[in-house]
Amino acid sequence: MSEKIKELKVSAIENGTVIDHIPSTAVFQVIRILKLDSFDNMVLFATNLESKKYGTKGLIKVSNKFFKPEELNKIALVAPHASIIEIRDFQVSSKKVVEIPEQVTGIVKCFNPNCVTNHEQINTRFSVIEKEDLRLKCHFCEKITRRSNIEFK
Amino acid sequence: MKNKSLVSINDFSKEEHLRVLEVAREFEKKPVQTILQDYVVASLFFEPSTRTRLSFESAVNRLGGKIIGFSEAGNTSVKKGESLRDTILTIANYSDLIVMRNPVEGSARFASEISPVPIINAGDGANQHPTQTLLDLYSIMKTQGTLDKLNIAFVGDLKYGRTVHSLVIALCNYNTTFHLVSPTELKLPSSVKMHIKEKNLTYYQYTDMEEVIPQADILYMTRIQRERFSDPLEYERIKNSYNLHNHMILDTKENFKVLHPLPRVNEIDINVDSSPKAYYFEQALNGVYVRQALMALILGLR
Repeated sequence: MSEKIKELKVSAIENGTVIDHIPSTAVFQVIRILKLDSFDNMVLFATNLESKKYGTKGLIKVSNKFFKPEELNKIALVAPHASIIEIRDFQVSSKKVVEIPEQVTGIVKCFNPNCVTNHEQINTRFSVIEKEDLRLKCHFCEKITRRSNIEFK
Repeated sequence: MKNKSLVSINDFSKEEHLRVLEVAREFEKKPVQTILQDYVVASLFFEPSTRTRLSFESAVNRLGGKIIGFSEAGNTSVKKGESLRDTILTIANYSDLIVMRNPVEGSARFASEISPVPIINAGDGANQHPTQTLLDLYSIMKTQGTLDKLNIAFVGDLKYGRTVHSLVIALCNYNTTFHLVSPTELKLPSSVKMHIKEKNLTYYQYTDMEEVIPQADILYMTRIQRERFSDPLEYERIKNSYNLHNHMILDTKENFKVLHPLPRVNEIDINVDSSPKAYYFEQALNGVYVRQALMALILGLR
């Protein structure tokens, strides 16, 4: 039995989603993006866990919740290597990795303080012009927001 | 182009740019017409402007149209805290077309998406100023007889100058060879160079302008603004390194012209003004014809 499965067993969930391989620094951002701070079922999270691949990592388990792909792809902005494991009846029913979307709407704040989205009540809109070294181009002011200066609304 | 807003230079295709220039030629031949007599154009300038506002207003007046609007936001409801959304939705009721300058970047795109009437962006902060680009293209076309395969030199603040960015991007459609002259601190940003590279065009970067002048068809001068420098001594040093004097343009190509979006401070000495190679005031006049053409096209009158 692999270590991961063992670890999952510790506080196994009957039905729900496990989000693994989150960078330790991004766990709280992921919680915010998925709005887990106002979710009323059980949510378990851990950070600074050991990871062979990435040094350290974070992990979130959400009971009785299966996310839509577009919800999960949002977290790719801060956790580009996250894996999404769906659990049904204590068994892994599917496992996939997140993908960075082509368009990002509403969740990210434009980095440009002089952008209209920071002055008026407007939903932000970005096109993703580079995925690996994330670069988001604002639909309105046309300026670039990078991963290092991403802030969420 | 009917009912289409113009926010960024790339909102219009190369063919549409050329169509604007073609119609502008018609207005240059006959600038006084009555085609706008049943139209009201709103001119909303949230920050001061001389050339852009007055050339738009002149363009409307010469075509018989009516103008409403303001030249600064100070005595409008904006001061009472009205949102841009409400201002645009209200004024769209009173007009057929809105020309807007606003220091907030992206405001023109936003306005174009909520407004039932078309928007022409007359400058949104450091972002876009597409009508300047069109009049620059018109000036180049008129003086060179073509837009293709020219050697165009840009001098001055290439980092923050929005007119430079938009013109470089637009010229990427015409096999231009770019000569970029600027202090190291004010080089053309990589986001703009990306467009040159995508089209596999050639560009050269210089810090000294004298070696560029003999090769250039067009010398596009820009103003270096004091506020871009943290060290005032550095500004003084650089400011004086890009001063164009008449003796520097004596041995230039036959077709050589000096352009400048204006206002100029001291980067072009007034002794250049009387040279047949100085073209910046005609360039400002071309702005009227280009804006006439643009409004006529957008209102479906051409």
